[in-house]
Amino acid sequence: MGVNGNLMTVAFDNPISQNEVGYACRGDLRLKSEVIRIRGKNAEMQVFEDTSGLRVGDLVEFSSRLLTVDLGPGLLTKIYDGLQNPLPELAEQCGFFLQRGTYLPALDRKTVWEFTPAAKVGDVLRAGDSLGTVPEGIFKHRIMVPFRLQGALKVEEIAPKGSYDLNKTVAKLKDERGVAVDVTMVQSWPVKMPIKCYSERLRPEEPLTTKVRIVDTFFPVARGGTYCIPGPFGAGKTVLQQITSRYADVDIVIIAACGERAGEVVETLREFPELTDPRTGKSLMERTLIICNTSSMPVAAREASVYTAVTIAEYYRQMGLNVLLLADSTSRWAQALREMSGRLEEIPGEEAFPAYLESVIAAFYERGGVVRLNDGSTGSVTIGGTVSPAGGNFEEPVTQSTLKVVGAFHGLSRERSDARRFPAINPLDSWSKYKSVVDEKDVELARRMLRDGNEVNQMMKVIGEEGTSVDDFVVYLKSEYVDAVYLQQDAYHEIDAATPGDRQKYVFSVIVKILKTKMKFENKDSARKFFQQLMQVSKDWNRTAMEVPEFKAIEGRIEKMLAEVTDYA
Amino acid sequence: MHKVYHQIESVAGNVITVKADDVTYGELAQVTSNFGTSLAQVIRLNGSMVSLQVFAGSRGISTDANVRFLGHKMEIPFSDSLLGRVFTGSGVPRDKGPEITENKIAIGGPSVNPAKRIIPRNMVRTGIPMIDVFNTLVESQKLPIFSVAGEPYNPLLARIALQAEVDVIILGGMGLKHDDYLFFRDILEQNGALSRSVLFIHTAADPTVECLLVPDVSLAVAEQFALQNKRVLVLLTDMTNFADSLKEIAITMEQIPSNRGYPGDLYSQLASRYEKAVDFDTAGSITILAVTTMPGDDVTHPVPDNTGYITEGQFYLRNGRIEPFGSLSRLKQLVNNKTRKDHRQIMNTMIQLFAAYKETLEKRSMGFRMSEWDAKLLRYGERFENELMELSVNIPLEQALDLGWQIMADCFEPAETGIPTKLIDEFWPANRKAAVKA
Ligand SMILES: Nc1ncnc2c1ncn2[C@@H]1O[C@H](COP(=O)(O)OP(=O)(O)OP(=O)(O)O)[C@@H](O)[C@H]1O
Ligand SMILES: [Mg+2]
Repeated sequence: MGVNGNLMTVAFDNPISQNEVGYACRGDLRLKSEVIRIRGKNAEMQVFEDTSGLRVGDLVEFSSRLLTVDLGPGLLTKIYDGLQNPLPELAEQCGFFLQRGTYLPALDRKTVWEFTPAAKVGDVLRAGDSLGTVPEGIFKHRIMVPFRLQGALKVEEIAPKGSYDLNKTVAKLKDERGVAVDVTMVQSWPVKMPIKCYSERLRPEEPLTTKVRIVDTFFPVARGGTYCIPGPFGAGKTVLQQITSRYADVDIVIIAACGERAGEVVETLREFPELTDPRTGKSLMERTLIICNTSSMPVAAREASVYTAVTIAEYYRQMGLNVLLLADSTSRWAQALREMSGRLEEIPGEEAFPAYLESVIAAFYERGGVVRLNDGSTGSVTIGGTVSPAGGNFEEPVTQSTLKVVGAFHGLSRERSDARRFPAINPLDSWSKYKSVVDEKDVELARRMLRDGNEVNQMMKVIGEEGTSVDDFVVYLKSEYVDAVYLQQDAYHEIDAATPGDRQKYVFSVIVKILKTKMKFENKDSARKFFQQLMQVSKDWNRTAMEVPEFKAIEGRIEKMLAEVTDYA
Repeated sequence: MHKVYHQIESVAGNVITVKADDVTYGELAQVTSNFGTSLAQVIRLNGSMVSLQVFAGSRGISTDANVRFLGHKMEIPFSDSLLGRVFTGSGVPRDKGPEITENKIAIGGPSVNPAKRIIPRNMVRTGIPMIDVFNTLVESQKLPIFSVAGEPYNPLLARIALQAEVDVIILGGMGLKHDDYLFFRDILEQNGALSRSVLFIHTAADPTVECLLVPDVSLAVAEQFALQNKRVLVLLTDMTNFADSLKEIAITMEQIPSNRGYPGDLYSQLASRYEKAVDFDTAGSITILAVTTMPGDDVTHPVPDNTGYITEGQFYLRNGRIEPFGSLSRLKQLVNNKTRKDHRQIMNTMIQLFAAYKETLEKRSMGFRMSEWDAKLLRYGERFENELMELSVNIPLEQALDLGWQIMADCFEPAETGIPTKLIDEFWPANRKAAVKA
């Protein structure tokens, strides 16, 4: 009927459903597409591939299925595109370039997994309950009653302990109406629907340590919480997520590279297998999964990629694991929506984004959360998304819609990244609703110091250092000190790059003590000199492992320096 | 074999619509009218209505023009005989050489599978200290030069192209002034580099739509050379003209603009070109150096803004110099640990001192008192600007590092630089010009 970019208009005869997947056929070529609007006898479909070569009159095969992903053992360590095509396998088959219309199975059906049953014949289960487990790397991967099944399910047969491939039926269940269901170790689930096989949603309270000090101490993230990182280009969004993907204290990390540079993903996928995860001693890759739909890959699949990622995250949550989903960048996904909305000729909202942008973003972040599963254990999905606002201006629809729904805001600023103050999270206007790893009262004190120091600094720009009192000057120096030795962190130093929660507590208490100390200086120069030296020593402290004697020695030097300037009056 | 259609239903901007059957999306057609023949590409199918973008523009197209569909997408010949030649955006010779027709390849092909990329690892030497020392260019990097109109960005591109050790140079000119085109051709010729170059040139006088083809043909040819194990450098100037052509077409097609008239897919359009930069696992590489002029010197303008979100850093060209602030090579850390062991230290320290110099300048302009330290910084900053930042400086990296040490030694005491003692012991020059007292 019609083709306009990646939008295709199709006339249909048999009933179809919204979001149903169809394939546009041209000779041997089959291009995956999704119904996005139905009007009378016409359906509008977004094609997940380059549409060139299609012609009016070509047939579209409908699949009667929504866009789904395969869920089962073997997902971890994989590198998929937005539609769950395994990229390395695709490269083996097609060579250097992605070839449209080639879809490979997400999970190798022939691989055998060692199954240990957990359910017995006669057990009555619900969707999401465990039937057994298989070892997947460092995890016990639960084989669960398929999420799509409803009501009570009776176990009629269950496979004994043994090795099976993904095609093998490992359990036979009977539902309330007496219908028999064969269950294998893999199930599929539509990506746009949240998995809800749990007993209740809990409030995210437990801190998720990222080991980035400014985050954990000042703008913390909670397990099951959501947060966003908006910032202009080059401010450090991707580097911050890369650090988090390495050091965050979670079981599983899912990286959704959504419409950004391919080169950045290459760094992760070439480096992670070589890095060891300090928690497990195994390769970092074993806890990682990458969904990679970079900027030159098809735009519609970019939109699908974040849903593919969050669905897999929910799947592992169902096993009682803590999953962190990092999406870079959610703006690219919003732009994919905008492109499609434009082709559909919908009435545009601000900056031509569709009017429903806000609800789509809200629904996505809503899929994060901590849940109590039916067996009493808990699992969580934490979502962190970067935002790339046009012109670096946060007053734009994607940033604003995101800020309404997330629990923490890590706003990166151009001034800080230009000054190489990394991570460039602006301490003055970022916020978090979650609990810090340190005492909140201390955080408040440090925050006030940062604000006051900033004011003094602004004032000095007008009246010069000469016109500033020594006391005010010390406030400024203290704020610069906290900034330099605590907020800033060297991402490339082996010790400084990651500060565990207990170390943050310890170090921060010393910093707070320094901030609280009333100091006496003869003049501004001696104050400046003191703080320069203190900064130098404190930075050495940051670069020293907590276990070595040197750590205590440096702490002693800091105490001594402090005593020398303390005003006991 | 191909049907010819005579009835043009509408003409708007450079887009014409005809009624036709059996047309495929994206295919090419030949449009012939009294004023000549042009290629056109199908950009929309709506029932039997086919919209085409006419490469030569729609000026003079009559309602009874001939439209003959060719049954394939835009293609470009590829062979070694392209080397040394100049073409238009649609692949027609612009020099006096013969038309090349062999071995046609499609343009705008699919993207590289990320699993087949490798982490870039080779430095591209340019002889420009502001690049080599402070923001090293890396093979397979995609990097724009942000600049206002009037800056010498084309001579800079040409110079980098001539100094870089690459096998093939592809120049894609968009909206180029005719003089600039001749400048590129002559300078490549004079330096004996034309024989390893291919030029695709769209000048300001040529039809807008051809401007859109330039990056695609340039990169398609680059890709073929790279697959033959060649290191290819692609120069694209000026990508803002490319973006403006996109804008023009989008407006003709009555698309809803997202930002200052630019279409909502500007990011994707730019990215699909820049992402062609690649270091192939087991083959050659493509490095892209582009020019993005900033209207009104405004980096938040949609073109530089979207570009910055795509590329791996940027060089700011201002007042004939590459600015140390704002300029960034995001890939430099992949190579600058393998050059010389003082490289990173020089890079960091000299920039920090330069930042301090800038603060001093500001203080001075506010009328605040200058200390002895300020005087040292002023001396340092001036030498930095003249001896390292000046674009006329052309020295290898090692010499630039040595010069950096010398400048610091002439202006400061070792301890004032904050450089670790070990490096000071090894590199601090013994012969220093006695520091003049402030
Ligand atoms: N924590 C850090 N420590 C040191 N350098 C950093 C840090 N974060 C960022 N950088 C520097 O800034 C550059 C850009 O960072 P990054 O790629 O994360 O930016 P971004 O915000 O993701 O930009 P874009 O929106 O264009 O993707 C890096 O290449 C690096 O040079
Ligand atoms: Mg980024």
